Amino acid sequence: MTVNDTEYAADVEPRLLLIHFLRDHLGLTGSHWGCDTSNCGACVVWLDETPVKSCTVLAAMADGRRVRTVEGLGHGGELDPVQHGFAECHGLQCGFCTPGMMMTARWLLDHNPDPSAGEIREALSGQVCRCTGYENIVRSVRWAAEREAAARSSAPPGEDADYGPEVAG
Amino acid sequence: MTAASPPGPNGAYGPRRRKEDARFIRGRGNYVDDVALPGMLHGAVLRSPLAHARITAIDTLAAEAHPRVRTVITGQMLAERGLAWMPTLSRDVQAVLATDKVRFQGQEVAFVVADDRYAARDALELIDVSYEPLPPVVDARRALDPDAPVIRDDIAGQAGNRVFDWEAGDRAATDRVFAAAEVTVAQDMLYPRVHPAPLETCGTVAAMDPVSGKLTVWSTSQAPHAHRTMYALVTGLPEHKIRIVSPDIGGGFGNKVPIYPGYICAVVGSITTGRPVKWMEDRSENLMSTSFARDYHMRGEIAATTDGRILGLRVRVLADHGAFNGAAQPTRFPAGFFGVFTGSYALEAAHCEVTGVYTNKAPGGVAYSCSFRVTEAVYLVERMVDVLARELGIDPAELRMKNLLRPAQFPYRSATGWEYDSGDYPRALRLALDMAGYPALRREQAAERERYERRQRAGPPGQEPGLAAGAPDTLTGIGISFFTEAVGAGPRAQMDILGLAMTDGADLRVHPTGKAVLGISVQTQGQGHETTFAQIVAAELGISPDDVEVVHGDTDRTPFGLGTYGSRSTPVSGAAAAVVARKVRERARIVAAAMLEAAPADLEWADGRWRVRGDPDKGKNIAEIAMAAHSGLELPDGVEGHLDAATVYNPPNLTYPFGAYICVVDVDPGTGKVSVRRFIAVDDCGVRINPMIVEGQVHGGLADGLGMALMQVVAFDAEGNCLGGSFMDYLLPTSMECPSWELGATVTPSPHHPIGAKGVGESATVGSPAAVVNAVVDALAPFGVRHADMPLTPAAVWRAIQGRPLRTDLAIT
Repeated sequence: MTVNDTEYAADVEPRLLLIHFLRDHLGLTGSHWGCDTSNCGACVVWLDETPVKSCTVLAAMADGRRVRTVEGLGHGGELDPVQHGFAECHGLQCGFCTPGMMMTARWLLDHNPDPSAGEIREALSGQVCRCTGYENIVRSVRWAAEREAAARSSAPPGEDADYGPEVAG
Repeated sequence: MTAASPPGPNGAYGPRRRKEDARFIRGRGNYVDDVALPGMLHGAVLRSPLAHARITAIDTLAAEAHPRVRTVITGQMLAERGLAWMPTLSRDVQAVLATDKVRFQGQEVAFVVADDRYAARDALELIDVSYEPLPPVVDARRALDPDAPVIRDDIAGQAGNRVFDWEAGDRAATDRVFAAAEVTVAQDMLYPRVHPAPLETCGTVAAMDPVSGKLTVWSTSQAPHAHRTMYALVTGLPEHKIRIVSPDIGGGFGNKVPIYPGYICAVVGSITTGRPVKWMEDRSENLMSTSFARDYHMRGEIAATTDGRILGLRVRVLADHGAFNGAAQPTRFPAGFFGVFTGSYALEAAHCEVTGVYTNKAPGGVAYSCSFRVTEAVYLVERMVDVLARELGIDPAELRMKNLLRPAQFPYRSATGWEYDSGDYPRALRLALDMAGYPALRREQAAERERYERRQRAGPPGQEPGLAAGAPDTLTGIGISFFTEAVGAGPRAQMDILGLAMTDGADLRVHPTGKAVLGISVQTQGQGHETTFAQIVAAELGISPDDVEVVHGDTDRTPFGLGTYGSRSTPVSGAAAAVVARKVRERARIVAAAMLEAAPADLEWADGRWRVRGDPDKGKNIAEIAMAAHSGLELPDGVEGHLDAATVYNPPNLTYPFGAYICVVDVDPGTGKVSVRRFIAVDDCGVRINPMIVEGQVHGGLADGLGMALMQVVAFDAEGNCLGGSFMDYLLPTSMECPSWELGATVTPSPHHPIGAKGVGESATVGSPAAVVNAVVDALAPFGVRHADMPLTPAAVWRAIQGRPLRTDLAIT
C-alpha cells in the first residue's frame, strides 16, 4: 500500500487491523485507537479519497490502495489550513481525537468549501471529542474554510502563524 | 461575551495560542501507547465474566504453551510476592488478580505477557477458570438487606455490605427548622453511575532495568508523584529507583487518578521477563473495570417559608461504591466534598447522612470532573430548589435570586462548615438571565403551552382552525442551575491522600540568558498547562511566556506534588508557580542591587524591572540580572549566586468558583426526545490567566453535563452484567446533540490565592446537569411531572410522562 506517498510492502496476519499496521508496523502514531466499535473516530484516515475508521479496516484491505494519515496532511513541510485552524481556534485540548477530526474536516472542505456550522457538525457527527464540546472544532473548520476562500480570491495571504518549530524525527 | 479579566502584570494574561498544539496538530503527540521500546512485550488481562463467583481452579498450562507467550501471571503467583492485593485511595484493599472470589464483572483474574498484543489476547482464550457462581448484589438499595450476600468476606469482621456511615451538619438544629417550617418538600433522586471515558484508555509501559534496578513506568497518570510513592509502598521497591513518566494524556477527567491492577501486573511482568511490558486497555475494559463516578441514591428535603425563603436542607444518601472502596478523594472525606450541599444559599441549618455500600460492580465513585462529589451536591440542591419553586408557585429564577448569598456575606461560613472565599452571586445570575432573555423565553413558553393544550383538546394535530397545520408538538423547557464549586484541595492540616498532604511543589530555574524552566508536579491531560503556567511565571518575571518552558509529567525532572484532579492545578500548583517566581524575583532584587550599587530596599519592581526608587531610568530586567547572577559579580556576604528557587504551596483554603447556567430544551412529548436548543453559561472562576483556555474548559464540561443528563449511564442487569460496556451502549454526546454554547463571565478574585485565580476545570460538569434536568422537568410540567432521573433518554422521558418513572440504573423495571 501507499501511505502518505510512500510505498510499503509487508506480509501481515490477515486479521491485522489497519490502525495497528499504521501505528505498530510503520510507526505512524498520529492516528489513535479509541473504541473498537467505530464510534469514536480517533482512528480516521483516508483510504484512497475517503475517510475510514481504521480500527474496523483490515490492513490487507488496503493492499494496493492509498492511505493518508495526519502525518501526510500538510504539504511539503507546510501545515494544512485545517491544522492552522485547530491551533488558532483552540479546537483541541488533549489532542487525542484531533488527527481524526482534521482528516474528516479536510475531506469536508474538499467537497464543500463553504460549509455552514450545521454541515460541519453533521460531517463530524461520527467522531467523538471528550474535551472541547465541539464548538471550537466547528470554529476551527470555519477558520480553515475562510482562509482557503481568501486564498482562492487571491487576497494576499496572511502571515503564517508560528506554532513552534517543526520537531525533527 | 469574553471575560473582563485583567491582563495581569506584564500583560502576560489573556488569550494565547497553546504551546502544546504544535505537536498535536502534526500528529506528533506522545501518548503511552506511542511508546515503543526495544524488546517490548505486550500484556493482556483475563477478566471475570461473572459479577460474583468463587474461583475453584485456574489452569494456565495451555496459555503458557502458546509459542509467543512469555509468562502468565495469576493471583496465586502475586500472593507469593505479597502483591495479590493493593491498597486503594480510601484505605480499603482491592484485588490485583483475584485469588478467592471475583466480585464484579470485568474483574482482573490473570495476566498474559506475549510477544505482541494479538498473541496476548489469543492466549487469554487458553486459560481455563472454574467458577462457582454466587448470587450478586446489584441493586444498591438491597445491599443492606439482612439476607444480602456478603461481598467482602476477605475483610475480617465484615458482617454485611456497609462501607461507612458519615454525616455533616447539625442534625438537631435541622430537625428544629423542619419542625417549625411553613413548607417542607421531599424528593428522591438518583445521580446514576457514569464513566469518565477519556478517548485514550488507561495503560502503561513498565520497564525494569535489571542492571541498575531502576523501574521506569510510562503511565496514563494524572498524579505521577503520588503514583511513585504508591508503587514504592506496594512493591517494596525503593522510591528513588522508581521513575513515573506521564507523557501526553488523551483526557483524564478523574479516570486516571488511581493505580489499576493492570499497571501492577505490567510491572511484575517486566520484573519477571526482564523486558519492558506494555499494557493498554481496550474500550470495554476501560468502561467495565476502571473508576466509575457518582451512583448516589439521594433523598432531599427542603424547608422554607410560604413566601420562598429557604430555611433548611436535609439529605439522606445511599452511596454505591462497588466491590472495593476505591473512591479517590482526600482520605478523611469518605463522601468527598458532598458536605457543600447547601450550595449557593444562606440556610439556617442543614444536615446530611451518607451510607456507603458494597455491590458487585466495578470500584470507584469519585471521578469524572466531580470535584470530589460537589457534582452530586450541586445536583441535589439545584433540583430541590426547583422542586420547591414548583410547590410554592414561584418562578425558579426569582426563588434563587431571593435566596442567593449576598456579596457582603463573604467570606461565608456555610451551615456545614465550609468557608466560601468570595463571590457576587446575584451579578452572575442577572447576567445569565439577561443573556438568555429570560422574561421573553417565559412568555414564549406560556403561549406555546396554551397552544399545545388547545391542540390536545382539539384532537389530532392541525385540525383546529387557527393552529398552523404540521406545527411541531414540542414543549419548551427552561432550566436554571446556580452552582458553587469547592476546588483546590487542599490545606495540609485537613486534606491528604493516604497520608500525603495535598500540597504541590514548583521549582524555577532561570538560565544565564534569562530563559526560564518551570518544573511542576501537576499533569496536563489537555488543560494547557504548558501555556498557562508559562503565562503565570512570565507575568511575575516580566518576560515573555515564550521564554518559559514548563516541565511536567516526569518524576525525575519535577518536584513532588499530588497531581491534577478536582480542578486543583491552578488553585494549588498555579499558586506554587506564582510564589516560586516571586522568590526568584526577590533573589533577583539582591543581585540587581549589587549591579546598581544600591540597597535592595531602595529598589522597586515596575514594568518588568528592578529599578531604583525615584530614578526610573536606572534599572535591570531579569535577563540582565540572570547573566550577572551567574557571573563573578561581587554579592553581599551570605548571598548565593544564580536565581533558581523552589517552593511548596500549602493552600490556606479551598477556592469557590461559581456560576449561573440556563438551559433551554425542546421536548417532544410524543417520543420523549429532548433537544438542547440553547445553553447559557456564566462562570466566575476568579482571575482568568488564559480566557481562551478557560472557555474551552467550560465548553467541554457543558458537553459532559449534557451527556450525563441525557444519555450516559452504566446500568446493570439482574445478574450484574454491565450494560454500558462499549460506546455502542454507553452513549456520548456528539456535535449533533451539543448546541453552540453561549458563555459569559464575571470576575471575582479569590482573596487568598496569590493571583486571585480559582480553578475552572470541572465547573461546567458540576453545574450543568441540573440545568438540563430542570429544563426537561420544566417542559413536562403540563403532565404533572415534578422530577425524572438522569439520563433523560427518550424512554425515560416518555415513561415520566406516563407517570411510570424508569429506574435508570437497572435493567429491571
